[in-house]
Amino acid sequence: MRVNVKLYALLSDYLPAGAEDNQVALDLDEGTTPEDVFARFNLPRQYCSIVLVNGIYVEPSERGSHRLSENDTLAVWPPVAGG
Amino acid sequence: MAWARNVLRVNLTEGTCKNEPLNMDWAQKYLGQRGLATKYLVEETDPKVDPLSPDNKMIMTTGPLTGTCASTAGRYSVVTKGALTGAIACSNSGGFFGNEMKNAGYDMIIFEGRAPEPVYLLVENENARLIDASEYWGKSVWDTEEGIKAKHQDPLIRVASIGVAGEKGVKFACVVNDMHRAAGRSGVGTVMGSKNLKAVAIRGTLGVSVEDVGAFMQATADGKQTLADNPVTGQGLPAFGTQVLMNVINEVGALPTRNHRDVQFDGAKNISAEAMAEPRADGKPNLVTNAACFGCTIACGRISTVERTHYTVAERPQYQIASGGLEYEAAWALGAATGVDDLDALTFANFICNEQGIDPISFGATVGAAMELYEEGAIGDEQTGGLEVRFGSAEALTQLAEQCGQGEGFGAEVGLGSKLLCEKYGKPELSMSVKGQEFPAYDSRGIQGMGLAYATANRGACHLRAYTVSSEILGVPEKTDPHVTEGKAGLVKAFQDATSAVDSTGLCVFTTFAWSLDDIAPQVNAACEGDWTAERLLEVGERIWNLERQYNTAAGFTGKDDTLPARLLKDAAKTGPAEGLTNGLDKMLPEYYEVRGWTADGVPSNETVERLAL
Repeated sequence: MRVNVKLYALLSDYLPAGAEDNQVALDLDEGTTPEDVFARFNLPRQYCSIVLVNGIYVEPSERGSHRLSENDTLAVWPPVAGG
Repeated sequence: MAWARNVLRVNLTEGTCKNEPLNMDWAQKYLGQRGLATKYLVEETDPKVDPLSPDNKMIMTTGPLTGTCASTAGRYSVVTKGALTGAIACSNSGGFFGNEMKNAGYDMIIFEGRAPEPVYLLVENENARLIDASEYWGKSVWDTEEGIKAKHQDPLIRVASIGVAGEKGVKFACVVNDMHRAAGRSGVGTVMGSKNLKAVAIRGTLGVSVEDVGAFMQATADGKQTLADNPVTGQGLPAFGTQVLMNVINEVGALPTRNHRDVQFDGAKNISAEAMAEPRADGKPNLVTNAACFGCTIACGRISTVERTHYTVAERPQYQIASGGLEYEAAWALGAATGVDDLDALTFANFICNEQGIDPISFGATVGAAMELYEEGAIGDEQTGGLEVRFGSAEALTQLAEQCGQGEGFGAEVGLGSKLLCEKYGKPELSMSVKGQEFPAYDSRGIQGMGLAYATANRGACHLRAYTVSSEILGVPEKTDPHVTEGKAGLVKAFQDATSAVDSTGLCVFTTFAWSLDDIAPQVNAACEGDWTAERLLEVGERIWNLERQYNTAAGFTGKDDTLPARLLKDAAKTGPAEGLTNGLDKMLPEYYEVRGWTADGVPSNETVERLAL
């Protein structure tokens, strides 16, 4: 299944070369979770703070069980804030 | 201690400067800065006063911790009746001016009356005098600040001034200090301009004392360690600044776009923190470095450049500089609100806002409203002088910034603010504002709590009165669902009260991404006489909020003003995770009045007034 992965701020360093606009489209196995994607990119878990699937926040306790679906967008930020 | 215990009262009509003791009974009840200056304003002025009348007063005010070694302790505020809103105004600024004022020995400077001719105030410790400012009238903030430093042969003088916009009565003019830090919102610079007060220049070397030096050093060291260890204040904010939110808020579908027609902006990625760090055609990124205000150990500020071949600066070397911005709110207002995704154009427009002293939030949002008026045919080339004021036009944005900064052309009409502009052209519903002040960068259809925060903010629509984004989106201190209204009344009240307290200390509210009042209370307690606990700070915050509310009630505002534009209450978000949602203000507001201890009409009840000893 096709999933769009976006990594922002400090996490953009973990994107593969050639990625544009902080995102890369991946072909993933059915049942892949956000945690699986973190592992695939070797993302330090303390930097996976804001995790959104299609703009909806995924609780830390659900990141290993939430099953991504075809055409989902997974977006991840380290701890950030603004105002 | 901590308080200088000294007020400088400047009567501009009479041309006098007099010292008087700070009311320490009030200091114990309202702490300082926002709270204490509001108390003075309430006691000394008629809430129904015309904001631009000599009878309105303008107070520059520090907190007890301003000028100390606590992290971020360089803040000051400008408190007055706002020119944009007619409501209580309190605009907070960083930089270095607040520290200088406190070190000159003043907790606050109260300006009253109106000078017969333009003047500036020069304060050198206990010596204060008004000086003819005719040579600076008509000059920008940047030229005024440099000119005053050169004239007095002292580069260490700190200056807060207005630009031409404040002189010309642009309704959202701000007071700018240190070239690009601003007491930005509600038209406090317009009030300053109405008083013929061009600038305040201060050199202070007296120092600030604290009650218990040992305890204060320990408490502030602990606080700094907490900020350093926190991933947001220790890493995220210094590296990416507030601008890192651009993609976050767009992704959650709460980025107000094209005058709130939409909630997501295709061009967000082009004006984000990530874009600011990308090398441009010249090989250099927009962002030069981060920057810190006085005593700050976070350093969230951005210093950036416009690419030298960009149309805005190619023939104007004076703008081929590194200066302040873009911060998130400015980038949103100048960008998403107008549909412009040219990062260099936004950076340039932001420079102009700083140079001429206009609030980029209200300016950008009003340009967005003007663009909708233009596209709907309510205004045309006759009004705009032939300028095509269409969504997405960088040319329109930058030209209007320059016109508004000078109070000229159609820019002068933009300078009315969106409420008056849209009313003038028969489309009041197109003003995206509350109590006359334009929204900042969060759409309340996608972040429900912010709708209540905006509707009830005492200075008009504002994110800095109750930043529930922190909880609803960022998960600080704990995550709540941005799409539900349940629990938001209590959340908004908690943020409002805590923020009122923080804004009265002299500290920056950004510390609260890492600090709670439990971290702040030991610092205040060590610095100030009296027992200052987190509970007492929260009570002071609640007292301040209610005092501001009482001022607005006396000024003529009612519960009917605690509302949102119909677009947010009736037109559902079209895309993103909030698709189909409107803001549920009607569900939150009655509960909010209840938890506040207010009547069903939104007036603090007698019991509440008594409980808070107002």
